[in-house]
This record gives sequence, C-alpha cells and structure tokens, in this order.
Amino acid sequence: MTALVAAPLGAVNYAEPWWAQLIKAFLIFAIGFSLVPLVLLYERKLLGRFQNRPGPNRVGVYGSMQPLADIGKLLFKEQFKPRGAIGWLFVAAPIISMVAALATMPLIPFSNRPQDIFGTPVGLYGLDSEIGLLIFFAFSAIGSYGILLGGWSSVSKYSFLGAMRGAAQLISYEAAQGLALLGVVMTTGSLSLSAIVDQQGDQHVWFLVPQIVGAFIFFVATLAEINRTPFDLLEADSELVGGFMTEYGGGRFALYYVAEYVHLIVAGAMFSTLFLGGWHIPFWQGAPGFIDPFVVLAKTLVVVSVIIWIRATLPRLRYDQLMSFGWKILLPLATLNALVTALFVVAPWS
Amino acid sequence: MTWNPDSDVVEVARGPEPGGLGGAYRVFGETLRGLKTSFMRVVEGTHTVEYPEEKIPVYPRWRGRHKLHKFEDTGLEKCVGCSLCAAACPADCIRVVAAENTDENRVSGGERYAAVYEINMSRCIFCGYCEIACPFDAITMGSDFELADYNRSDLIFTKEMLLAEPMVRTPLRAEGE
Repeated sequence: MTALVAAPLGAVNYAEPWWAQLIKAFLIFAIGFSLVPLVLLYERKLLGRFQNRPGPNRVGVYGSMQPLADIGKLLFKEQFKPRGAIGWLFVAAPIISMVAALATMPLIPFSNRPQDIFGTPVGLYGLDSEIGLLIFFAFSAIGSYGILLGGWSSVSKYSFLGAMRGAAQLISYEAAQGLALLGVVMTTGSLSLSAIVDQQGDQHVWFLVPQIVGAFIFFVATLAEINRTPFDLLEADSELVGGFMTEYGGGRFALYYVAEYVHLIVAGAMFSTLFLGGWHIPFWQGAPGFIDPFVVLAKTLVVVSVIIWIRATLPRLRYDQLMSFGWKILLPLATLNALVTALFVVAPWS
Repeated sequence: MTWNPDSDVVEVARGPEPGGLGGAYRVFGETLRGLKTSFMRVVEGTHTVEYPEEKIPVYPRWRGRHKLHKFEDTGLEKCVGCSLCAAACPADCIRVVAAENTDENRVSGGERYAAVYEINMSRCIFCGYCEIACPFDAITMGSDFELADYNRSDLIFTKEMLLAEPMVRTPLRAEGE
C-alpha cells in the first residue's frame, strides 16, 4: 500500500497514510458536531449568569441534556415550506450554510508535532494547506450564499430583508477581516495556519501584542461575519422576526442553528490560532505534545466566552451605523495597520 | 447649574455631540463600561428562587386557602351556620346549609351549625371578606396557594377538607422576617 501514501502537505514534512486521513476527516466531523451542543449549553448557561439567573437546569444534571432536547424537538417537527418558495434552493440553502461552516473546521491546527498513534504519525489537523487562510475566507464567503439563498428562496418580506442585509454586511466586513490579517500574513510570510502559529512560537510573543489593532479589527469583523450581536442584523428577532430563517422550521432550521454555532467555534479557534499563539503556552517551552490540542481548545473557550459576554452586553447596531462603522472606521484602520506593518517588515532597521 | 427664576434664558445641559473622533472614543469607553456592568452580574451571582424545590415564605397576612376552626378545649366547631360569609362573598362561591344542634348531636358552640359548608375554589377570588364577615372567627385565610387541580369538581372544598389540618406545603414567614 505504499503507493497510496498522500503527499506531504504544507509546513510539516511527513507522509500520512490515506486511511489515517479518512479517519481524521470522520473524527473532525464528529468532534465538530459534538462541540455544537456543548457550546449551545455553555452559551445559554453563561448568558443566564450574565442576567443573574442560572440558565437551563431542568433537563438532566445541571441541564446537560437541554441541547439534546432542543435538537430532538427540532428534528421531530414538521418541515414546512411556504407556498411559492423556490423548492430546491429552499432545501439546499441550509445545507450549503452548514457544509461551508464545517469545511473550515479541518483548517484549525491543533499541534505542529505529528502524534505517534499506534505506530502511525498523525498530524493533529485536518488539512495543513499552504493557503489555509485563503481556504478559510473562501468557505466563509460560500457560507454567506447559504444565508442569501435561504432568505431569497423562501419568498417572504422578512426573509428577503434579512438576506439583503446579510449580503451587504458580510461583503463589507469580509474586506476589513481580510485586510486585518495582512499584518499577520506579512510578518509570517506564509498563509499556512501552522506556520503562523510557529512564527508566534519563534518570536516568543503572540500576535495579539504586535498586531493589537489587527486583532481588534479581526475580532469585530468576525463578530459581523458569524452574525453575532451586536451585528446580528441578519436575524434581528425584534425587527425582522427571524431574518433569513423566518420561514425555516424543524430540521432545516436546526441546520442553520448548527452552522451558526460551528461558525462560533471556528471563529474562536481561528482567533486563538492567529492571535493567541495556538498551542503555545506562555513561559513554558517544553510542553508535552499531547497537551497541545487542549491548549487550543482552552483558548477557543476563552474567545467564545468573550463573544458571549459581548452578546450579553451590547444591543444591536442600527443598519447605517453598521455600514459606516465597517467602511469608515474598520476598513481604513485595517489598511493603515497593513501599511504600518509592511513598513516595519521591509524597514532597513529591523 | 441652579435655576434662577429671574432669568429669561433657560440653560439646557446637553451631552457632547455624537460622531467624530471624540464620539468614537466615548463609544469605546462606554462599551467597556457596559462589559464591566454585565461582568459584575456574573460576580453577583444568581437571584433565582427555584420554585418547586424552594418556596418564598408567605407573610402572616397572606390570603391563601381557607381554614375552618374548632374550639381547642371542647372540639366543637366555631361555625354556627349564619351564612354571613356567603352573604359577604363577592364571587358567590360559599354555600352554607345550616341545621339545628340537638343534645344528641352537638356539632358547634351555638344554636345551629353548618350541615353543609362548601367553598368553590375555582370561583374564589381570595379577597378575605368571609374572614372579615365571620362573627366567630370560624373561617380564616390560610397560607396555601398551590390549589391547581385537573377537575373542577375537585376544587369544591367540603367542610371536612376545610376543617382538616392542612399539610404544611407553604413556609410561613416568621414575625419580623
């Protein structure tokens, strides 16, 4: 079977058998899907704490079965379709949304050291591509198609408004999000995510410190990209009923919901990979390899908690505020940040 | 800035103009202040009373489920079947049928007693007028408020149910608590 060895991918130079990659693909899917109910429960519990209440605690021990009850309820509900809805698009839209969300999961590197599992070296990531960041942006752009098509094909005022808002918001914040990362990419000289983490280990400082402006812009733009408060104008429960998912119910709604939480997890993991040093622990160089994935998960949890904290605090922005903030503040700031970083990268004194 | 009644010009305190660099700075500061406020809620802890397991004690003057009383020494009922409670009841939920006490069958302290005493809890508005109307303190409002049932007929409380010492289901607030 030596002929079927996959070619070395990316920065880490070693070969991995094809079946290991298949198992990894399955595992990433399984882990991604099982993280969703956990984050769902975590968000509801934490949001409760922010409002002086304990959150769901009736189903199971400390409410641990609550997300399963929610998902079970959704899956057993009727999947209705509005009359006049464009059938196949209406069905396809949530699937596009979720596939695009899950496709970004394998990009997150959990360690650069291949782990020796039953005699086979296995890298702790799905895909360590040289253009990891580009793939990430590509799939988050495809994810917005799921929202657009869902809102458009359900032929309803509120869905349509939500989808149109989504189109404008996602496109304008994607620009700022991409530009904010230019500083990181220029300093590293690579688009590979594991190379970016390695660079943070080599220079002994997380990108959060030299790229604080970029980190801030990326964080805010990511909030907009994953439709979290204060940028949840796509759903906007109080003004647009449910935005693009107004007409969805049952399993299709569950797909949108899962996609949203996968986006949340990926956003947390991306931020910790790009700016919080991935698997590196400060002031501890010789950490054993098996600890790396847990470090990444812990950092992800911290970022997710901050996002929930922001949800508990800030009200939704008005639409024109959203647009002027994106184009007049974030984009110029990101451009400036990229320019200054470029100056420092090519500067003769450094 | 105190108001001077002799002045023709009324000064109005205005906040800073929105927008601009100062506005952005203030927005940032206020956002951080909001984050601190919501974080302090986590530190503060929860205020939830988890109801079925944990009940808020009721006050002594709480008007809950009615109770009928007996004399403690003789064991005779205090109710003499005068129907004043039924007359006072705005919801018309009390039904009293009186009967004469005899030497063989002495039920209450007075001349007559209530042969039938029913309160329809599905109509009762818990106003407490029956308690006020009663000349012998035979009926008082208790502390129970968990009266839900599956049948309307189960909500008609008879004399035996009202006389019986109810299960302690509701904690009573102590004096001064």
